[in-house]
Amino acid sequence: MTWLSQNLHIVGALLVDHLVLSIVPIVLAILVSVPLGWLASRYRRARTPLLTGTGLLYAVPSLPLFIIVAPIIGVPVRSPVTIVVALTLYGVALLVRGAADAFGSVPRETMLAADAMGHSAWARFWRVELPLAGPVLLSSLRVVVVSTVSLVTVGAVVGASSLGTLFTDGFQRGIEASIVTGLVLTVVVAFALDAIVVLAGRLAMPWRRAVAT
Amino acid sequence: MAAGGGDVNLFAEAMAYLFDAARWTAADGFGARILEHLAFSGAVLLVAAAIGIPAGVLIGHTGRGRDLVVALTSGARAVPTLGLLTIFGLLLGIGLEAPFLALVVLALPPVLAGAYAGVESVDRLVIGGARAIGMTERQILTGVELPLASPVLIGGLRSAALQVISTATLAAYLSDTGLGRPIFEGLKSRDYGLMLAGSILVALLALVIELLFQAAQSAAARRAEPLGTPRTTARARASERNSA
Repeated sequence: MTWLSQNLHIVGALLVDHLVLSIVPIVLAILVSVPLGWLASRYRRARTPLLTGTGLLYAVPSLPLFIIVAPIIGVPVRSPVTIVVALTLYGVALLVRGAADAFGSVPRETMLAADAMGHSAWARFWRVELPLAGPVLLSSLRVVVVSTVSLVTVGAVVGASSLGTLFTDGFQRGIEASIVTGLVLTVVVAFALDAIVVLAGRLAMPWRRAVAT
Repeated sequence: MAAGGGDVNLFAEAMAYLFDAARWTAADGFGARILEHLAFSGAVLLVAAAIGIPAGVLIGHTGRGRDLVVALTSGARAVPTLGLLTIFGLLLGIGLEAPFLALVVLALPPVLAGAYAGVESVDRLVIGGARAIGMTERQILTGVELPLASPVLIGGLRSAALQVISTATLAAYLSDTGLGRPIFEGLKSRDYGLMLAGSILVALLALVIELLFQAAQSAAARRAEPLGTPRTTARARASERNSA
């Protein structure tokens, strides 16, 4: 506890870095995955390449992905941009499948009914498909949120500062309190962001409250 | 694209390392590192499977302890692997013990969840039918539940294997082992080409393992459902998703 009180400002700064490095890729992953997932659910021809491609992408370990992504986009590996791009890729890898399943779960009859009521394709997407796909989408988003927050720490190994810096610093200097602080805070951040997503889901989909488990 | 020129060179450097025969045949070359990485990951997976599969099957069979598995798997996702590795490293000292233990801890939840979800997804009617034709509990377990559960069970092993391969790379941070070694060596000596070469090898290794597990999973699925009943496959997929 004394270690924490003496290093509060450092921990605070790392926490802010960590939040930025987590939230930006999560938001980007949503923006990319929802249209891709929709495509995969509508067009059989797009489904297999999209789902296999993203599935294989997810298999690539995080540290190597950081190192491979950096020269491709032309930034140093320790740059926050590297971490954001690599974690967005992971987020997309998880979310595209979730989004494809979510849009696939919308009953055909419902879509036909929306057409019959005179919805344009655009209006049908926003008013019918997206709200009905919401719950399944939300559950895969929660997985993405928690794993992204945890993966950000790996960037510390190549020098990108986050709560993971508490692990590398603590290990090199033999300070257990540093590592434990990092562990606890990372888990707390993961669950806090997860709680925010769940709350946002309840606000956006009030009809789900009755069925929510 | 001024920066792009330099970056292409990095890949050329990495390729030079990868296609340098001496780098492969040396006693601590890439070949030895890959074997080390595979042996280490395989050992971790074996230990995790030896504990996780029986425990998961038992939970799925009896239905007891279900909440524990769910809490464990969702909680485990939030735990940063690097944090676990470094704290074990500080407590147990430099060597293979710390990464080995940390990796077993990381591999257990997906194995457990896969075994549990697989057995749980087996239709109760099928089990009742097996009992009705006079199969013993043991026969039901090995002849009915396990084969039907195997696609989801292998799915759990697959996520565990990927997690282990990935984290075994980070393990080189504590003890010079496996394919993480060229990466950290390159990091220390500011040799990006070497880091990139190591990274490409880990990525390829992970992809090969993923494809092998995918093949094993679909083989198991064909054996479990020769007619590919869509209802059951959809259900197995749903429970795998919940456990993933």
